[in-house]
Amino acid sequence: MSVVEILKEKFGAAILGEETTADQLGIYVSREVLPQVMRFLHDELDFKHLADLCGVDYLGWKGKRKKAERFEVVYNLYSLSRRELIRIKVPIPESDPRVPSVTSIWRVANWFERECYDLLGIRFEGHPDLRRLLMPENWSGHPLRKDYPLEPEEEWKDYAELREKARELSRYEWGDRRVRGG
Amino acid sequence: MGVEKDTVEIAPGVRQIPDTPAFITPLDKLINWARTGSLWPMTFGLACCAIEMMATGASHHDLDRFGIIFRASPRQADVLIVAGTVTKKMAPVVRRVYDQMPEPRYVIAMGSCACSGGVFRTYSTVQGCDEFLPVDVYIPGCPPRPEALMYGLMKLQEKIRREAGHWGFWR
Repeated sequence: MSVVEILKEKFGAAILGEETTADQLGIYVSREVLPQVMRFLHDELDFKHLADLCGVDYLGWKGKRKKAERFEVVYNLYSLSRRELIRIKVPIPESDPRVPSVTSIWRVANWFERECYDLLGIRFEGHPDLRRLLMPENWSGHPLRKDYPLEPEEEWKDYAELREKARELSRYEWGDRRVRGG
Repeated sequence: MGVEKDTVEIAPGVRQIPDTPAFITPLDKLINWARTGSLWPMTFGLACCAIEMMATGASHHDLDRFGIIFRASPRQADVLIVAGTVTKKMAPVVRRVYDQMPEPRYVIAMGSCACSGGVFRTYSTVQGCDEFLPVDVYIPGCPPRPEALMYGLMKLQEKIRREAGHWGFWR
């Protein structure tokens, strides 16, 4: 039996669908049963390796396959014994961007989830330490969202302070050495 | 003039008293000569330009022959080569490295990103490190070839040679 058949037999309607892209199987799973599905994949079907975890923002998506929800979290799993690579996709609504954390199953998910939270603002519930990973901690907004402006009008506070300080200090530089605007 | 008569010009602006190891030259010239001969840059790289900077320092291009030796501490460095994309998160760190350097200190913006932000016109990238550092020499290129970096350093040496009175506690 294939992985999809096993999952469908066990979880029924919680398996929302399947697709094959670039010879790789993708399975849509509802987020309510995600921890159970992941635990089952890890323990019973031997998917011991979480190769990647990422988020997608489908705002303004014009692809063939309609997306029911704005966000999606994608888990790339690999099983060394089965030699099989699968994607688990979890649709997440814009109004309530939450998803259960899988850090208790794969510890590597810790930083993946932090990155996903940082850039897309999807909250991973049960994560031991959900802080920003890439952006500064007092940054506002989530830059990988499609509605995030390329250059926000309001400058990041710490950088604005640094520029002001540099302009002030450039009076003490020797000769005509100045910072821009100093 | 006594000096003109009793001394011999051995180099532009440098006069020797014949048959003695003594020579006469303006202090500015002497200090600038010393500074151009020992420009010690800070070992500090941010992105792919740093790889090119390392190549410039390594044996093939060999910055040592100009007396340019990379130093591992800002307190021993004269030049800060901003080699690569400066992100806003990194900017305070770069500025702190600069602030720790003793005078006289110089800044070279190496590569398009350090000069102007390059292709990265985004929320996270500084649009040219001259927003928070007083830059002396801009080197374009993505990344600049080692020859370009050497040319930039030699331009900085030219700039230092033109300085006057940049010593002592008065300015």
